[in-house]
Amino acid sequence: MATSAQTWSEEIVEAAGGAVQLVKGGQGEPLLILHDEMGHPGWLNYHQALAQNNTLYIPSHSGFGETERQEWIMNMRDLAGWYLEVLDDLGLDKVNLMGISLGGWLAAEMASMSPQTFKKMVLVGPAGIKPPTGEIYDMFLVVAKAFITQGFHDPDGTPEFATICPDEPTPEQTELWEVAREEASRLSWRPYMHYPGLPHLLHRLKTLPTLVVWGKEDAIVPLSAGQVYQENIKGSKLAVIDNCGHHPEIEKTEEFLGLVKEFLAA
Amino acid sequence: MFIGYFTERPYQDERSGFFGATGTPIMDLTVSNESFDPILAAGLYNRYLDEKIYAEEMGFDGLMLNEHHNTAFCMGGAMNVEASILARITKRAKIVLLGNILPIWDDPLWLVEQLSMIDMISHGRLVSGWVRGTGRESVAHNIEPHYNWERFQEAHEFVVKAWTTPGPFRWEGKHYNYRHVNPWAKPYQKPHPPIWLPGVVSRDSLMWAAKQRIPYIMLATEMEPTKQAFQLYHDTAADEGYESGPQNLGYLWKVHVDETEDLAEATGRKYVQGPSNPFLAGNEGTVNPALVNLPGLTSRRRVLPTQAVATAARGGGGGVAGVLGRPYEQQIADRTIICGTPKTVIPKIREVLEYVRPGTIFFWDGDGAMTHDDAMRSLRLMGEEVIPAVREIAKELELPGPFEVDPATNKPMDSTPEVGGD
Repeated sequence: MATSAQTWSEEIVEAAGGAVQLVKGGQGEPLLILHDEMGHPGWLNYHQALAQNNTLYIPSHSGFGETERQEWIMNMRDLAGWYLEVLDDLGLDKVNLMGISLGGWLAAEMASMSPQTFKKMVLVGPAGIKPPTGEIYDMFLVVAKAFITQGFHDPDGTPEFATICPDEPTPEQTELWEVAREEASRLSWRPYMHYPGLPHLLHRLKTLPTLVVWGKEDAIVPLSAGQVYQENIKGSKLAVIDNCGHHPEIEKTEEFLGLVKEFLAA
Repeated sequence: MFIGYFTERPYQDERSGFFGATGTPIMDLTVSNESFDPILAAGLYNRYLDEKIYAEEMGFDGLMLNEHHNTAFCMGGAMNVEASILARITKRAKIVLLGNILPIWDDPLWLVEQLSMIDMISHGRLVSGWVRGTGRESVAHNIEPHYNWERFQEAHEFVVKAWTTPGPFRWEGKHYNYRHVNPWAKPYQKPHPPIWLPGVVSRDSLMWAAKQRIPYIMLATEMEPTKQAFQLYHDTAADEGYESGPQNLGYLWKVHVDETEDLAEATGRKYVQGPSNPFLAGNEGTVNPALVNLPGLTSRRRVLPTQAVATAARGGGGGVAGVLGRPYEQQIADRTIICGTPKTVIPKIREVLEYVRPGTIFFWDGDGAMTHDDAMRSLRLMGEEVIPAVREIAKELELPGPFEVDPATNKPMDSTPEVGGD
């Protein structure tokens, strides 16, 4: 809940037939942020920075966090279709969209279904495409903390790492991770973290300005998948950040913000 | 009482680095099958089948098989193959499958056909148990862990319908779809082979069994939580409007009998010296915590009193090494291992039967690092002394098995099961 020191608020809204947890903050043009496979990690520095010029909308996906699970959703395309109705109900149209990892895959699916709903799209290390070289790291064969750690090139050198992945997570944090893992499993168990048709469906995004951001040392989704994204979205830009893992928004916040702000302002 | 025999059929390879008490610690998902030797395994598969034949000769009512995947502790990756052989090479004992891992079958029609064939070839001796499987099973066959329980229930409904309803029919479920169900193999037993459910952890599964009036077999759990879980079964049955009894409940635990107390102890310690087996408490192995925690495999909230023990034994909870290292002596003390000569073993079995009150029991023996000779000595003594004594105790304690009293009605069964062929 919002306090005087807080620039964001959290509420439960009714949308697309269920209760949706929505974090909202900042001021300016709306920016929809779709969280990754471990759920919304809390309000971080990059949120705070983006909130200076944007009103951030950060919903939790079906089943994640406090959002009610839609039992009928059995894959990412179901989720994407449902989410478009959530946007209808939130009154978001011609909105800027950012998706991170699994959320990036979701963003790509939503945009390919309904390009006209979005103004610009930022994909951050998105899953969704089978990398031509390398494999997407299997989050289900390791425990939550090991997976989160794998997402960073230099976790010890990342100031916010301890915030999102403390040495001694609280029981509440552990439970949120387990909920997220189960929901991620429901969306991505097989084929693991990708949809074979997606590269073809992306062709439809030729009129949607798209920025794809990737950590060069991403050990979750190999950079080769980023090249496929870039090649299949005509006019898109692939920005690769050096010495950076799967989460440039957290590991290289300044460089990430520079890229995103420039892209959104252009 | 129904008395069965069980072993996991461990892959025993003394040359490997991970066999025995002094072996290298290993963990699920970290061992390659590169070290698997089919020549050695050929001998082991045949040994375990030979032991089953001898168990029947020694008077066991049931020969139990189970199934795991991608692991050295259980060689029964395709249990129905072993069951098919037993159907032909044994004559009297029930072939008790505990069980086929329903959720990991993408095509359960194949299960319908295989089990029907086993039932026919054995002339109606199949007991067809179902399990939900552990994380290693979901990973090995790549089946969605989050749909484990839904797939279990739908596959059960499908198999029973395919066994009992004349085809052809169409099946359009959430997880299974068939346009033309008409298997040209149907079970020998009518309406279908008995279905049993073994388990350890899930409250959903146990209550489901009670609602379906299906016998529930608790696997190697400690006595007190087992008793509590059995009470939940009885309470659920009462809510469902029927009376359950010992015929509805089974208990599997480790029993080894030998010629002298010294030999019994030396051999009993081999339970914890074989290839890493998370189900053999005291074993040196470790379990990958991610496999224990596979998302959605079992409800995180609806667990049984046996859960704490089981989760710990599977490598969950806080102290993986500590719990897996649960000493042999402690297991002897709490009766989860009973080991000795017939004279000392029989009164201890009696204690378990009095306390837990199952109508079905399985002696888990010949496991870990035990040799064929170890297994055969125990089987002989069980046949000569232990089984006859246990039958008397069971009569005195009024512990009927599921072929004496009908688990669905609590009424005495006809001694000859109804079979097909009319």
